[in-house]
Amino acid sequence: MNAKRADKIATGVIYAISGIVALILIAMLAFILIRGVPNLSWHFLTSPARAFEAGGGIGIQLFNSFYLLILAMIISFPIALGAAIYLNEYSKKGKFTTVVRTAIEILSSLPSVVVGLFGFLIFVVQFHLGFSILSGAIALTFFNLPLLTRSIETSLAQIPNLQREAGSALGLSRWETVIHIILPAAVPSIVTGVVLSAGRVFGEAAALIYTAGQSAPALNFADWNPFNISSPLNPMRPAETLAVHIWKINSEGIMPDANAVSAGASAVLIIVVLLFNLSARKIGAQLYKKLTSA
Amino acid sequence: MVNNIELKPASEFITENMPERYIYDLSAGDHEIAISTKDLQVSYGQNLALSEGDLSFERYKITSLIGASGSGKSTFLRSLNRMNDSVATVKGNIMYRGVDINTKAIDVYEMRRHIGMVFQRPNPFAKSIYNNITFALTQRGQYTKQELDEIVETSLKQAALWDQVKDELDKSALALSGGQAQRLVIARALALKPDILLLDEPSSALDPISSAQVEDTLLKLKDQYTIIIVTHNMQQAARISDYTAFFHMGKVIEYDLTRKIFTRPKVALTNDYISGNFG
Repeated sequence: MNAKRADKIATGVIYAISGIVALILIAMLAFILIRGVPNLSWHFLTSPARAFEAGGGIGIQLFNSFYLLILAMIISFPIALGAAIYLNEYSKKGKFTTVVRTAIEILSSLPSVVVGLFGFLIFVVQFHLGFSILSGAIALTFFNLPLLTRSIETSLAQIPNLQREAGSALGLSRWETVIHIILPAAVPSIVTGVVLSAGRVFGEAAALIYTAGQSAPALNFADWNPFNISSPLNPMRPAETLAVHIWKINSEGIMPDANAVSAGASAVLIIVVLLFNLSARKIGAQLYKKLTSA
Repeated sequence: MVNNIELKPASEFITENMPERYIYDLSAGDHEIAISTKDLQVSYGQNLALSEGDLSFERYKITSLIGASGSGKSTFLRSLNRMNDSVATVKGNIMYRGVDINTKAIDVYEMRRHIGMVFQRPNPFAKSIYNNITFALTQRGQYTKQELDEIVETSLKQAALWDQVKDELDKSALALSGGQAQRLVIARALALKPDILLLDEPSSALDPISSAQVEDTLLKLKDQYTIIIVTHNMQQAARISDYTAFFHMGKVIEYDLTRKIFTRPKVALTNDYISGNFG
């Protein structure tokens, strides 16, 4: 067989493999959306779930998912940013850096159900936080931190060293250079990373089952005082999220329309995650344009 | 028949007794010295990159540092404003205005405002042209908008870029061409009103026209700044510099007036290098 022929065959095989991957994704999405979308309605998206009768919605779960996501991001972003700045801008080769890197690697490979159980033992039980949004947000932080740190670190590493040299040649300290030159230049790619990780966090279930809990008490959307137990903003209330809800309906749902609710909820979950993924690149590109041409 | 005569090194034809090294002594004449080094040694780990680098630089002159790759000229230059601190060990004294700036007590950030540097590849910040110039200033001092406007105009004029960009100062500096970007970087360094300007092959990444523009700029700057420039381009060194130092294997081999070095070098090795026999 000559080289040209071999190349043609290899090209064909590689195309086929890539095609199969894309096909699997499309088939999955199509299956979930075709099953789920017909069940969607404004009522379904906004009303609370019902345990024993048909006609329940996912309103509270949807709100819980977003609220938990925002809290988890507020906690994890500053930590991840600090760790990434240390690793990319300050760290020298040595024991401490090796330990930090190894810790991040191990943390990122921990199964999320283990993270959830750890959060349950430490925060829910030991620290008496109970099944609460706060426990869930901390568990999500553990889950999210290594991935977010790595993504921010990659964003910083993409900024050429020339920029750092330029800063120090102008008499700027390393800190001034990082804050005013490196970070602004890296913002678009950092934002892309944050939005992508938001998609991952939004769909996470296993880490939340034992931390944020599996119940969604009724909320009074007229009460925004975070200290009231029925307030949507109260971080100490149990909060079943959309992903946990799907898991729960499928394992022990007894409402007559369990299949429809599950299909609808899955479709909503997938749509939101897709939106995150698709918008990530767009937001990043737009930000880059805005920041560099200003 | 194949002519099998081996070329002998040029040094064999020269009957005079040529020295191994020749360093022009600036302190003898009536020269104002801007910066000088003594017993400077720079090593990367175990690897000694610069072993003998004692030089003095005259104020308001252009000095070229030439030599083959790995000869230590860039290492020498980057040591002058301590850009090598994080990667190398620098021993010895660097005397600037009567102070040894190669000590721990020196605030390197402040010192680098006196001794600025421009690199091989243009490195404008991802900011507007205006902010590229004002950023380092506003980080430390208080300036009115009018003062900043003036500084931007003056430094861009000094760098011969004003006419091309005066109507688009708020545009991104990343949109500039290579030669424009390099002149912006020079303007950015000038805005800090440095005393000495170090340039590490500032035009080697540019096309010939942009390169010529940068050279013109440097010649105009000579009245107000002491300029030390590393270059691989010997025509460039001959065209623009008053003094030239030739580096080889981590040592300064010859240091003299440029016209002397390029017409009648005193050391055989320099002669070999400038006549293209190696490097």
